[in-house]
Amino acid sequence: MIRKMYDWLDQRLDITPIWRDVADHEVPEHVNPAHHFSAFIYCFGGLTFFVIVIQFLSGMFLSLYYVPDIKHAHASVEYLQNEIAFGSIVRGMHHWGASVAIVMLFLHTLRVFFTGAYKHPREFNWVVGMLLFFVVLGLGFTGYLLPWDNKAYFATKVGIEIAASVPFVGEHIATFLQGGDMVGATTLTRFFALHVFFLPGALLALLGAHFILIRRQGISGPL
Amino acid sequence: MSEEKERQKPRISRRQFLTYTLAGTAGFLGSTMLYPMVRFAVDPMLKKGAASEFVDVAAVDEITTTPKSFQVNVKVVDGWYKPEEGQTLTAWVMKQDNGEILALSPICKHLGCTVTWEGSPEHSNEFFCFCHNGRYTKEGINVPGTPPNAPLDEYETKIENGRLLLGPIKKRGV
Repeated sequence: MIRKMYDWLDQRLDITPIWRDVADHEVPEHVNPAHHFSAFIYCFGGLTFFVIVIQFLSGMFLSLYYVPDIKHAHASVEYLQNEIAFGSIVRGMHHWGASVAIVMLFLHTLRVFFTGAYKHPREFNWVVGMLLFFVVLGLGFTGYLLPWDNKAYFATKVGIEIAASVPFVGEHIATFLQGGDMVGATTLTRFFALHVFFLPGALLALLGAHFILIRRQGISGPL
Repeated sequence: MSEEKERQKPRISRRQFLTYTLAGTAGFLGSTMLYPMVRFAVDPMLKKGAASEFVDVAAVDEITTTPKSFQVNVKVVDGWYKPEEGQTLTAWVMKQDNGEILALSPICKHLGCTVTWEGSPEHSNEFFCFCHNGRYTKEGINVPGTPPNAPLDEYETKIENGRLLLGPIKKRGV
């Protein structure tokens, strides 16, 4: 029946070529763990993407209950974690996933570096990857403030203080990040907006570029 | 000979077997990921509302045959928001001809606006809803030909030591 449904759609929308373009491509032997177990290092990029998908999903669900306001942010997090079914699981997915995403991203970067995969003609994809790295760090930094507990507050204080130490423009950066003179109500809404709208948007655009480039240029050869 | 062939013929091809196993495994893994999130999202639908308590409103002597509005403060738990002052509910309270006390909810049965006693100068001795000109008689019975299609809900009432207490809201005639 599924076959028939697929055929019905395919007849009208011609989706098979799109599907082929996306998924049906050769995996060279040197990156296939079935041939050489050590090739598992080539999985880190895909794993990073998988974790990011989980972050998108769990983040969307968390936003059903979260409110970015200094009076209620912490209470809403406490509520969604303790009063709602699977609250600690969904929040846990987002919390631990955030760390795992950065670990996987780092391992992926190391693999690309040590296999020399960033070299000509793939220099630009390395640059896109670096931008992705900064966007993900930005997501980590902005997301850290949202529970609005002591740890979140002081971590952001420290982060902004470090940003303020940049010569000449430091004070401006701090004011921009805080949305005012101190870490407070405006900082929380600002970090929330960055965390759920601006940075995920940038992340999706950069991921698209990253994947288009890797498909166009192919996976780099064996060592 | 042909029988032999029949027996060797696999009922399911290798490709099909692999497709089913892989799809099944992927589906299982995907659902363990999605189940907590979906259950998390639908939790409010599966939660039971808290039972409301009887609250003191007024002395029985204060209640006349003309509907009068009384404010009742009830405790509410709105997710993580628990206002200390509670939520103010209004009740239109009157003494009926048979001496019983009737306390009506002001929520219009059409689309939930708030009705007031003699809210329209054109309709005296009636409850009136300003949203869509819904009308109710003094007993809270909807006037035919106006938008509401049910009588106003009433509060459960209780009299203790000459004081009127209001309880949960219930439908009329139940």
